[in-house]
Amino acid sequence: MSFNWLFVLEVTITGLLVGLMYSLIALGFVLIYKASGIFNFAQGAMTLFAAFALVSLSAFLSLGFSLVGVLVIMVALAYVVERVMLRPLVARPALALFMATIGLGFFLEGVAQAIWGTQPRGLDIGITETSYDLGGILISKMDLFGAGLSGVLLFCLVWFFQKTRTGRALRAVSDDHEAALSVGIPLRSAWAITWAIAGLVALAAGILWGTRLGVQFSLTLIALKALPVLIIGGFDSVPGAIIGGLIVGSSESLAEVLLGPYVGGGIKDFSPYLLAVVFLWARPYGLFGREIIERV
Amino acid sequence: MEGSNHPPMLEVKDVHISFGVLKALNGVSLHIKKGEILAIIGPNGAGKTTMTNVISGVCHPKPGRILFEGKDITTMPPHHVAALGIARTFQNVEIFKGMRVLDNIMMGRHLQMRSGFLSQGIYWGLGQKEEIRHRKFVEWVIDWLEIEHIRKTPAGMLAYGLQKRVELGRALAAEPKLLLLDEPMGGMNVDEKEDIARFILDANEELGTTIFLIEHDMGVVMDISDRVIVLEYGEKIAEGTPAEIKNNEKVIKAYLGTATRR
Repeated sequence: MSFNWLFVLEVTITGLLVGLMYSLIALGFVLIYKASGIFNFAQGAMTLFAAFALVSLSAFLSLGFSLVGVLVIMVALAYVVERVMLRPLVARPALALFMATIGLGFFLEGVAQAIWGTQPRGLDIGITETSYDLGGILISKMDLFGAGLSGVLLFCLVWFFQKTRTGRALRAVSDDHEAALSVGIPLRSAWAITWAIAGLVALAAGILWGTRLGVQFSLTLIALKALPVLIIGGFDSVPGAIIGGLIVGSSESLAEVLLGPYVGGGIKDFSPYLLAVVFLWARPYGLFGREIIERV
Repeated sequence: MEGSNHPPMLEVKDVHISFGVLKALNGVSLHIKKGEILAIIGPNGAGKTTMTNVISGVCHPKPGRILFEGKDITTMPPHHVAALGIARTFQNVEIFKGMRVLDNIMMGRHLQMRSGFLSQGIYWGLGQKEEIRHRKFVEWVIDWLEIEHIRKTPAGMLAYGLQKRVELGRALAAEPKLLLLDEPMGGMNVDEKEDIARFILDANEELGTTIFLIEHDMGVVMDISDRVIVLEYGEKIAEGTPAEIKNNEKVIKAYLGTATRR
């Protein structure tokens, strides 16, 4: 078999496009992690919840109105989470908060099941499964749309966090709670805003992955793909989430076509985790994560 | 400070704070007059930092009352206290380690910045005018604290003394009426201490900032403060001018130990 460079290029590009969608999911985790120092186990359930809500709203509303509707629901959810879950746990160990997010995840999955049942639903946002031919390289329209939406959202979020007063305040909260309070930033609204943004990211991820895979409970597992992304990029870094997503997306596709034939395929599902293990050995805080030196 | 018949800027009345069985503050009352430098001294564990936390709203006394400019702030959360014009620094440096020095000091002006995030982000109109105005003040603070050379450095990478200076800059950037400094010179060498003492005096004289200072270095305290209060085991044991405190029997015994008496 002669080596087909064009094919490898196509696989790489597709991998990078999918990788941007991983970045988006990972970013949902990074935002919460930075603001409150916890790994939000409920991010997957939030993605599922948002996707289900969108499917059922779009049954009797136009797509635009349904999106606004789901956004309102996700912001309301963030507010309730802050009120009911985060507020009583202020100043508790991070592990308590982590456990609470596991509980929230189960709760949301249960609610989704009670409302919408367990049947997978289709989500149609009017993107067809066609491909563009760019000089011999086939690029799927769906991938392009997904990467485009992720890219725009990533850009907006980075801009928001770097350039606005509110974004700067949220960054400050993530760095040092006490100092943030001392310059007049209310922690509670900072957390509510952060969770609302995580809800927005969950909605976007729900749309992208819901249209590809159908809206079903395995969507919660998509969130697991964020784990290698975060380990590679660093748990507390926005650029890390983006680069990590691109690395995971392209490496898993390349591994599949280059190494897959030798071991009988199926590498794609576990190669990101292998890569993550390598990173845990060599660079446990990730490419862009902050190196925490603990004095013992 | 003349006009002493004015009500004090800050009044702390009979404040009690307990952590379990430990009485960190046991019925302490004090006041701070507008424009003065008040120093709090006392051995470790005397309740000095707790007093800072009580004033800044981190912990709330029970019982006890705190009045700032006649307003009851006893149970106010820290971010509301900050909004009234009380800024502080922390004993163990609480800065935004992942942010540049410039952004750290800019955060001090968070409360002064009012335009919405859209106009600010797009950097238009009001947003632009505001950003420029605040940047000017922040640059002035940076100049004044002599940290121009590190303005773009992530604050977490700086040496301890510089981190303390950045923290002081953040507090000053808020243009506070009352500035609470919790051991601003802790862990510094003589030269660094002199710099900080000069900044404190400048802030007091040029900006008219009222200063509440916790410091262990007796030389500095006696040099720059108008009044000194001595705490021991959560109680106030003396109050007076530096000269009075120096010669107070109780203070010499409790704080300096009998051996150091000259």
